Amino acid sequence: MADILKRNKALSVNPLKASQPIGGSLATLGFNRAMPMLHGSQGCTAFAKVFFVRHFREPIPLQSTAMDQGSSVMGADENVVEGIKTIAEKSRPALITILTTGLSETQGADVHRNVREFREANPEFADVAVVAVNTPDFTGSVETGFAATLTEIIRALVPDAKEAGTYPGKRKRQVNVLVNYMLTPGDLEAMRDIFEQFQLRPVFVPDISDSLDGCLTDEDFSPVTIGGTLISEMATLGDALATVVIGPSLLKAAELLEQKTGVPTYNLDHLYGLKANDALMSALAEISGNDVPERIERQRSQLQDAMLDTHFMLGQLRIAIAADADLLNAFVEQVQEMGAEVVAAVTSCNVPLLPRIPVASIKIGDLEDMELIGKANKVQLVIGNSHAVDTAERLGTPILRAGFPLYDIIGGYQKTWVGYRGSRQTLFDLANLVINFSHEEIPVYRSIYGQKPASELSNYPPICH
Amino acid sequence: MKSTKDIAALLDEPACEHNKKEKSGCAKPKPGASAGGCAFDGAQIALLPIADVAHIVHGPIACAGSSWDNRGTRSSGADLYRIGMTTDLTEQDIVMGRSEKRLFHAIKQAIDTYSPPAVFIYNTCVPALIGDDINAICKSAQERWGVPVVPIDSAGFYGTKNLGNRIAGDAMVNHVIGTRDPDPLPLTVQRAEIIIHDVNLIGEYNIAGEFWHVLPLLDELGLRVLCTLSGDARFREVQTMHKAEVNMMVCSKAMVNVARKLQQQYGTPWFEGSYYGITDTSQSLRDFARALNDPDLTERTETLILREETRIRKELEPWKARLKGKRVLLFTGGVKSWSVISALQDLGMVVVATGTKKSTEEDKARIRELMGEDTVMIDDGSPRALLKIVHDYKADILIAGGRNMYTALKAKVPFLDINQEREFGYEGYQGMLELVRQLALTIESPVWEAVRAPAPWKKREVNNG
Repeated sequence: MADILKRNKALSVNPLKASQPIGGSLATLGFNRAMPMLHGSQGCTAFAKVFFVRHFREPIPLQSTAMDQGSSVMGADENVVEGIKTIAEKSRPALITILTTGLSETQGADVHRNVREFREANPEFADVAVVAVNTPDFTGSVETGFAATLTEIIRALVPDAKEAGTYPGKRKRQVNVLVNYMLTPGDLEAMRDIFEQFQLRPVFVPDISDSLDGCLTDEDFSPVTIGGTLISEMATLGDALATVVIGPSLLKAAELLEQKTGVPTYNLDHLYGLKANDALMSALAEISGNDVPERIERQRSQLQDAMLDTHFMLGQLRIAIAADADLLNAFVEQVQEMGAEVVAAVTSCNVPLLPRIPVASIKIGDLEDMELIGKANKVQLVIGNSHAVDTAERLGTPILRAGFPLYDIIGGYQKTWVGYRGSRQTLFDLANLVINFSHEEIPVYRSIYGQKPASELSNYPPICH
Repeated sequence: MKSTKDIAALLDEPACEHNKKEKSGCAKPKPGASAGGCAFDGAQIALLPIADVAHIVHGPIACAGSSWDNRGTRSSGADLYRIGMTTDLTEQDIVMGRSEKRLFHAIKQAIDTYSPPAVFIYNTCVPALIGDDINAICKSAQERWGVPVVPIDSAGFYGTKNLGNRIAGDAMVNHVIGTRDPDPLPLTVQRAEIIIHDVNLIGEYNIAGEFWHVLPLLDELGLRVLCTLSGDARFREVQTMHKAEVNMMVCSKAMVNVARKLQQQYGTPWFEGSYYGITDTSQSLRDFARALNDPDLTERTETLILREETRIRKELEPWKARLKGKRVLLFTGGVKSWSVISALQDLGMVVVATGTKKSTEEDKARIRELMGEDTVMIDDGSPRALLKIVHDYKADILIAGGRNMYTALKAKVPFLDINQEREFGYEGYQGMLELVRQLALTIESPVWEAVRAPAPWKKREVNNG
C-alpha cells in the first residue's frame, strides 16, 4: 500500500508527463487506415507529431482543427466539421478520432455534437468511422488519454452482442487482446508468437506492431496509417473465446467490452518478470485448453537461469523509476522479484492503480522530484525515458531507457520487454549497466609510508581525510 | 490575451515583402489539412537558445511536455535552457482561477532553485483564453523578487510559428534590449592597429554549434559580437544589443521586426545575409565591412576571404568530383532557399526545384537569378507532391526539414536534414566540409540499392513470369 505524495510545488521542472491527446493519438495510430485529429491550435498537433516522429522514426499521420484567434473566442464547431470532412474527402480513412485539447476544452467545445452534425450533413461518408474523445491536456497523461480513446473506440465500433448476434466462442481460436500504451511493437510481436504457440489467434486492439513497426512497403506514401487493427475486425470481438487485458489503465475499456459482448475477461497488470508471465501462460493454457508448450517452458527456465546469474548485480540495487502508473508498476514488480529496492518511484498523475503498487511511497511529480528523492536515497540506477538521461547523468548513475519518448537511441520503440524472453533481456540489460557503470569500488588508499614510485603519486591529488 | 489589434500590428511588418505582395505564407490554415506549428512554438524556438534564462511555459502540460529539452541548439557554457519548466496547469487551476497564483509562485521557485539572471514567461492558449494577466504578474514578480521577468505573450491560437518569432523578438525589444551597456572592451583583446566594431546577429541559432565555424573569423576581423539572437546567447548579452554599430539578419526574416525596430529606435543599420555556402559566407563578411565603412577592415576582410576560400576550395576538390551533377530537390519552406542553392551550386550540384511557399517575391527573383527562368518552384509541400517532383525531375536527393525525412526514406529517396533539429552544422567555410560529407554519405550509400531491389525469390518469379 503505497503512500501517494501529491504535487506540492508551483513549477513543474523537467516534466515527466506527456499529455492525453498524445495517448489518444497513439491509440488511434494502432488502427488500420486511421487518422487522429486534435481539436486545438496547430501547435498541439505539431508538437505531438514531433514527439512521435522522434520516438518511432516513422511518418506519423496526425491532423489539426487549426483553431485561431477567431474560432478560439467565437466557437470552433465549424473547424471540427470542416476538418472531418476534409480528411474524409482527401484520404477516405477507415477511422478518424477527434481528440480535444486544453484549448478546446477550456473553450467548452462539444465535439460529440459536432460529430453528430457532421454525420447528419454528410451521409456520403457513412463508411468513415468518426469517434470523438475528451482528452484535455490539463488532466491525466498519455496513459489515461490512451485508455479513454480506446474505450470510446470500443463503444462506437463494437456492436452489442444482442443486436449483432455475436456470442463468445463462435470463433474458436480468437482471443481479443486489449493492450495499453506501454507495449511496444516488439512486445506485440512477441505476444503474437506466444499466443500462436497455444494455437490461439490474437486480435490486438489496438495493434501498433502492424502500423508503427517500421515496415517498409511498396507504397511511396500514405496519408493514413498502413496496418493496425482492422476496423472490420472490431465487429468480431464478440465472437472471441476470451479477452486478455494488459494494463490496469484499461479496466474501463475492458469492462465495456465485456458488457457489450459477454466475452470473459482475463485482467493482467503487465508481462514483466517471472510471476507476471506465469499468470499469462496459465491464462492461455486455460483459454486454449492446451498445455503450456515445451518451448515456452524452456524459455521460462532460461529466465530462471538469468535470475540466478543477475541477482548478484541486482540484489539490493537502489533503483529510481519515473513512469506512468502501469509501466511504473511493471518495473517495480520485476525489479523487486530480483531483490532490488525501489528508492524513488515517480509518476505523472494520480490513478486508481497507485495505492496498489508495492512501494512505500509514490511521488506524483516530475524528473526533478526523482532527482531529489534519488539523491537523498543514494540511487544507483535510473529507469526512465530519454528526458531522464540528463537526470541520471547529474545523479551519476546509469539509466535504463524505457517508456515515452525515447529519442536519443535507435530502435527503442521496437525493444521487446514482455514474455520470459523479454524479461530475461531486461535482466541482462540491467545487470550490464551495473557491471559497466555502477559497481561501487572501494576508494583507493595510499599509505603515508608507501614506497610506490614517485611518478605514480604525482598523478593523483593528495588524499584528504 | 493579445488583442486582435496587437496581432495585426505584429503581422504588419513593413520590412517584410509579404506585406505588399501576395502573401502565400500567411494564409489561414485549413482544418484537417494543415501543417506547421503555432505562435508559442515559434516564440519558444526563437528564444530558448538564450542559455542562462529560466524559460517557464505557462499552460497545461501539452505545450512544454512534448517540446522541452530541444537539443538542436548548443551553448558554450550555461545550460539552464535544457531544464524544462512549466506551470503544468491542472483542471482546478483553470476552473478555480488559480493559474495566475501558480505562475507567481512558479517564478519564485525558479529563482530560488536556479538563481537565473532572468525569467521568461511564455503564455499559451489556455491561460490566454481564461484571461490571465501575465504582464501584470511578470511585473509584480519582478518587483517582488528583484529579477527581470519577461512576458512573452505567445498563445498558440494567435497564429503561425512565424508570428511567434515576431512576438518573441518584440518582447526582447520592449523588455530586454537597451537595459544594460556592453562591458568595456578588455585591454587584453584590443589590438593597436585595428578598430574593434560591435555587431549583432539576429536569427542565428547556433544549430549543432555551427556558428562556432564562423565566430573565429569574426573575432579575427575584430568584430565583437555583442549578441546573437539567440544562439549561445546570455541574458546580459541580449541587454546590450542596442549598442551595436550594425546588425546582420541571418538567413531568415523571422525576426526582421527586431532589426527594423533597432534601426528605428537606435539608428542601427542592418543587412541580410547567410553563412551557408562559400559565396554567401564571403558576401556576409564583405557586407559587414561595407556597412561599417572601415577601409582597413575591408582590406583585411578580403585577405581573410582569399585565404579561407583558397583553403576550403582545395579541401572540397575531391568531394566536388563525387557530387558534381547530382540533382537536388530543395524544400526548405522558402526563406533559406536562395542561400542553400548557392551553397549547392558552389559544389557543382544541380538544383532541379525548390520550395517557395514562404518566399517573398524578392526571394523568388533571387532564386530565378541563380537557377534560371524556368526553374521549378514548389508551393505545395505535401509529401505526395514532393515525391512526385523527385520522380519527375529525377532528383538524386531531397534536402528538406526533418518533418519530411520519413517521407523521403519511406519512398527510398536519399535525404539531408536542413532544419533546426539537425545534428550537424553547415555554416561557414568549414561547414561546407560537413555538408559535402553528409551529402555524399546519403547519396552514395549502398543501402539504396539494397532497399529498392526486391527479394531474390521475388525477382525469380518476375523472370519466370
